[in-house]
Amino acid sequence: QLSLFRLTVRRPFSASHSSVDLEEIKKFQLLAHKWWDEEGEYAALHSMNDIRVPFIRDTLLSMSHNYHLGSPLSGVKILDVGCGGGLLSEPLARLGASVTGIDPLEDNIRTADQHKSFDPVLAKRIQYKSSSLEEIVEESMETFDVIVASEVVEHVADLEMFIKCCSQVLKPEGSLFITTINKTQLSYVLGIVVAEKIMGIVPEGTHEWEKFVPPEELEHLLESNGFSVKTVNGMLYNPLWGSWSWMENTSLNYAVHAVKSGAQGQSGPTDAPSETDIQQCSATAGTA
Amino acid sequence: SSAAMAAACGRALVPPLASLWARPRPGPRAPLRGASVAAPSQPLYDVVVSGGGMVGSAMAAALGHDIHFHDKKIALLEAGPRKEYDHMPDSYSNRVSSISPGSATLLSSFGAWDHVCSLRLKPFRRMQVWDACSEAMIIFEKDDLDDMGYIVENDVIMSALTKQLDAVADRVEVFYRSRAIGYTWPLPSHSCVTSPWVQIELADGRRLQTKLLIGADGHNSVVRKEAEIKNIEHQYDQSAVVATLHLSEATDNNVAWQRFLPTGPIALLPLSDTASSLVWSTSHEHASELLAMDEESFVDSINSAFWSNINHSDFIDTAGALFRSAISLLKPSGTAVRQLPPSVAKVDPESRAMFPLGMGHATEYVQHRVALIGDAAHRVHPLAGQGVNLGFGDIACLAHHLSAAAFNGSDLGSLKHLLKFETERQRHNVSLIAATDLLKRLYSTRLAPLVLLRTWGLQATNALPPVKVRISLY
Repeated sequence: QLSLFRLTVRRPFSASHSSVDLEEIKKFQLLAHKWWDEEGEYAALHSMNDIRVPFIRDTLLSMSHNYHLGSPLSGVKILDVGCGGGLLSEPLARLGASVTGIDPLEDNIRTADQHKSFDPVLAKRIQYKSSSLEEIVEESMETFDVIVASEVVEHVADLEMFIKCCSQVLKPEGSLFITTINKTQLSYVLGIVVAEKIMGIVPEGTHEWEKFVPPEELEHLLESNGFSVKTVNGMLYNPLWGSWSWMENTSLNYAVHAVKSGAQGQSGPTDAPSETDIQQCSATAGTA
Repeated sequence: SSAAMAAACGRALVPPLASLWARPRPGPRAPLRGASVAAPSQPLYDVVVSGGGMVGSAMAAALGHDIHFHDKKIALLEAGPRKEYDHMPDSYSNRVSSISPGSATLLSSFGAWDHVCSLRLKPFRRMQVWDACSEAMIIFEKDDLDDMGYIVENDVIMSALTKQLDAVADRVEVFYRSRAIGYTWPLPSHSCVTSPWVQIELADGRRLQTKLLIGADGHNSVVRKEAEIKNIEHQYDQSAVVATLHLSEATDNNVAWQRFLPTGPIALLPLSDTASSLVWSTSHEHASELLAMDEESFVDSINSAFWSNINHSDFIDTAGALFRSAISLLKPSGTAVRQLPPSVAKVDPESRAMFPLGMGHATEYVQHRVALIGDAAHRVHPLAGQGVNLGFGDIACLAHHLSAAAFNGSDLGSLKHLLKFETERQRHNVSLIAATDLLKRLYSTRLAPLVLLRTWGLQATNALPPVKVRISLY
């Protein structure tokens, strides 16, 4: 098993920090071909599109001045970090965006490439790369209008570094969208015990409660790294109908929209990214 | 690398866990027929509508005019040739439809209703429905004297739809003289080798691919059969005779008349102040007789059917009268004056025709990448004047869900939103089809108990505004 994924996982750029969490990778390796079964292991992620795509779409539309409702995200460059099989990349591309999807697991990228290949419109608009976030920072400084990191930050080793890297590849006043899980007693009971062990909504072992991120912590990290948090919304999954909805309460799942400050104001402790920062930007997205 | 690809696909071919919610997928024939990996030259459409009748054309036009479909590719397949509707003949066509206000709203949502109005149509304000075996009747009319519905020739509707399709020709490609002879269904979505799209083979050998196939190909739907969707169907022992009639004298012809004879209902639908359309559902033998007889006898039969009281019995008349006086005590406004239908003077030569009647209902309206609308999904007796309105209702519902799906960037063929369409429409259609079927059976008898039941039922319904309003809003 171990030797198998030495072949498939690219070695991290810098060995000083563990970049991609290898344990995390192993979990997703086994399910790499299950992404596109809408009623299979990833069913909850498929139905999450029903709220996360409108959330991203409407937020971007409200900040834009000219758009066409037939292709609302036309001209927008999006980076989908931890894209997995491309579940979120494809709808965003259908809405007109140019999407770059990255994931450290090659099998995921293969599945994603394979799935988009049948649709010429998607094949053109989406580029997938087997890569960690840090590996694309150098060549992608301030390249993207939007970054989405959906169900990713709870798998990441060093969250602050992850956010710093996001800031570097994002254009000034670009948007960052994150969805993740709060670290509460409720999220342990419902998110791990019920969701994984009892109901099998999420494949067992996918999540570790210790790595869940409270919104206060996420907000703090974002604000101290040049972002301005605009929206925090709670999300709720109804296992009976298999559907998601918004709610006030953020004790379980939640979504965040943050905007990178304009060219003038970098409110982080370091102004320009240093050499060590780039090399240390090794807390890449795990898989999601 | 291809070796890695093969390995990955090898894993993918391990059968997935069976899901409790999985519905039976169509086509064990899927990998056997046609190319399993689509040639790149086969054009890929977002939506293909099979069947270019009123419902299929309206579906294609509705999507073509939808803002969220601006960048999508739609195709409409029609087996017949393109008809030019530039000049409406002076004489009326014998195929007409009763269009409900809801259907008119749908047609105006993509600009077709204006064309209909500029051609010709006849609004009606009132509907009188009564029994041949008793005095019972029911009158429908809206309080505000608004139009209850419109009688429109099918050719007029097709002309309007063709115009609106031409207006979005950059988005909607209409293939005339193109009959689909075979469909190849995709395997479940998580398999990776074969094409995920529906493959369509046309009679002339051309092939198309689509993300969503909409079957609007009538009650003998090929799409439904090929998708192996079970259809509950029943041939009635009746045929409908249609004709264009001229009235004895010009009148404010804004009432639709229907009388339930024991052999079947006869309806007179207004076309103009001097002309009406006949829809007479009766036994096959009687229908053939009506077609064969000379014009004068035909006209006499019609007038007799509407005016004669030969089927009344004293018993029923007395019982009915008693009930009516009871109602008028309790609810003075609950009995209405029976109007007399206009008398017919002559029939348009060549306008007599007949077609057999039946009912049908598909057990499923949707499958992965397939949806049925119109008569392909449900077929109903004309006595309720609902047939095409059900189809237009299907279109309004499906277009709404597809529009939302497109705006969410969803895969258009996904069962998730298709099932929402199915649930909404089945809920609506099943009760109406069942009620129509029940009415047809109830009114096909002379047996006193049943006549009494329906007499009292009709009289009671006429006296109860809430029930009447609900019926007319359907």
